[in-house]
Amino acid sequence: MNAVVELTGVTRTFGAVTALDDVSLSVGEGQLVGLLGPNGAGKTTLLSLVSGLRRADSGTVRLFGGDPRDASSRIALGTTPQETGLPPTLTVGEVVDLVAKHYPAPMTRGEALARFGLEDLVARQTGGLSGGQKRRLAVALALVGRPRLVLLDEPTTGLDVEARHILWQALRDYHDDGATVLLTSHYLEEIEALAERVVVIGGGRVLADDTLASVLGLVALRRVVLSLPPGRTVDLARLPGATSAQQAPDGRWTVLANDADRLVRALVAQDVPFHDLELRGASLEEAFLTLTQNEEAVR
Amino acid sequence: MSTTTLSPRPFWALAVVHAKFQFLETVRIPIAVIGNLLFPSLALLFFVIPQRAVADDPLIATAAVAQLGVFAVMSTCLFSFGVGVSEDRAMPFDPFLRTLPAGAGPRLMGRVLNGVLWSYLALVPLVLLGALLTAATVTPTQALAAIVMVPAVAVPFLLLGLAIGYRLSSKAAIAVVQATLFPLAFAGGLFMPPEAFPAWLDAISKVLPSRAARDLAVQAVTGYPAYSYALLVLLTWTAVFAAMAVTAYRRDEGRRFH
Repeated sequence: MNAVVELTGVTRTFGAVTALDDVSLSVGEGQLVGLLGPNGAGKTTLLSLVSGLRRADSGTVRLFGGDPRDASSRIALGTTPQETGLPPTLTVGEVVDLVAKHYPAPMTRGEALARFGLEDLVARQTGGLSGGQKRRLAVALALVGRPRLVLLDEPTTGLDVEARHILWQALRDYHDDGATVLLTSHYLEEIEALAERVVVIGGGRVLADDTLASVLGLVALRRVVLSLPPGRTVDLARLPGATSAQQAPDGRWTVLANDADRLVRALVAQDVPFHDLELRGASLEEAFLTLTQNEEAVR
Repeated sequence: MSTTTLSPRPFWALAVVHAKFQFLETVRIPIAVIGNLLFPSLALLFFVIPQRAVADDPLIATAAVAQLGVFAVMSTCLFSFGVGVSEDRAMPFDPFLRTLPAGAGPRLMGRVLNGVLWSYLALVPLVLLGALLTAATVTPTQALAAIVMVPAVAVPFLLLGLAIGYRLSSKAAIAVVQATLFPLAFAGGLFMPPEAFPAWLDAISKVLPSRAARDLAVQAVTGYPAYSYALLVLLTWTAVFAAMAVTAYRRDEGRRFH
């Protein structure tokens, strides 16, 4: 067993809020895993357990086989500070040195900064950096110790498109050097650009854990919403192209379809007396909700 | 796998790294420490130097400088490093530092080194004023003893400050530090010599870390002997505060919840 990260039956609550509910997750050497989920799903709590910041209420968390709360277990771990949290009076070079000196074989100051195009800012106090520069520095700090596991919490939130692509490329390059990367995002686009394996988290639980392609399939559902005349029952879920159907309290039916074109053709061909048809892509939130509801149904 | 060959950096190397960067952060916002540098010197200037009976007597003047010196060290340690810690904990950079491969030890030691260094700096204006404007005087041996005394006085109060800073939010920490510093300083004889205390206050005073530190400091620079168990009192409090600081650091999960 050479899992880099291993969570077994982990639960963590904050007062009345259950942030993580019996979560088990194993991340192997060299994987690039995206944790996808809406805000408040428990992603950040999960990372804080892996990085030793917090303790699980129950269950075990292992980092390179050890307890992440021991400093020696974190010797090959790299994390990012929140961009707003850099010490404003220290210079870029000083912050990089401060972090680098914790690791046995770090990058040089120059190499870490060059990966993110920050060489010219080495003598600038971090308080004087732009948001994008701070964000790049934050990710540089995660990599400067040449960690074998990098944890990134929403690495590109709030960045413009170009800066985001520069950061993504730097992360891909670092992963290509053999590192394991675990990142969180609530942007599907970011997960699509980086992750090979996607773990969907919602309400503190793992809702899906699969390859990028499978999860994309799950969340690429369409919603077909329609009304039927009272008294008419049609088994909408069994129509070609449909995956599930549900009737809302107002009487409207919502059919989730993996192939909406086929479904609409079938509705017409079978002469289903529908009216007020609406068709739209399921949003990521809706896709999560579907996964959550499926989970509930299974339970 | 190559993990087994990686071991954390040595304790002292990391402690020095943290001390260096904490010093840089402090020195770039010097107003935070200037207050501590000024207050004991002003107290000397206004309350000791005008009283020529005190200022012109070498022994009494030296003792007065020593007890204000203890206060300077105490307030530097409690304020800058007790309240400072709780303010740092509210900053998002602090949880990041806690994910680095360094345990509580090197970071706390970095704080201790910094506290001792700033304590020396806080004494400079006080000692200069004492030397120039009063009859206070020390032999080279006594000066050396005073230099050795500073960390012994600084460390327990630094640890108390850390215990407060890691346990409380910054607003609460400021209040608690103030409520601790001034009573301790007064009852410890740092503003008024303990010879003027009534017997009951003197008895309480002798088990306080501030009184023990004051008497040991006065002994170091004047040769006037401290009470017999002063060192034991100071060491006991140091051990108690150390345990409190480490416990508070371990329990701390940051102030922010996600």
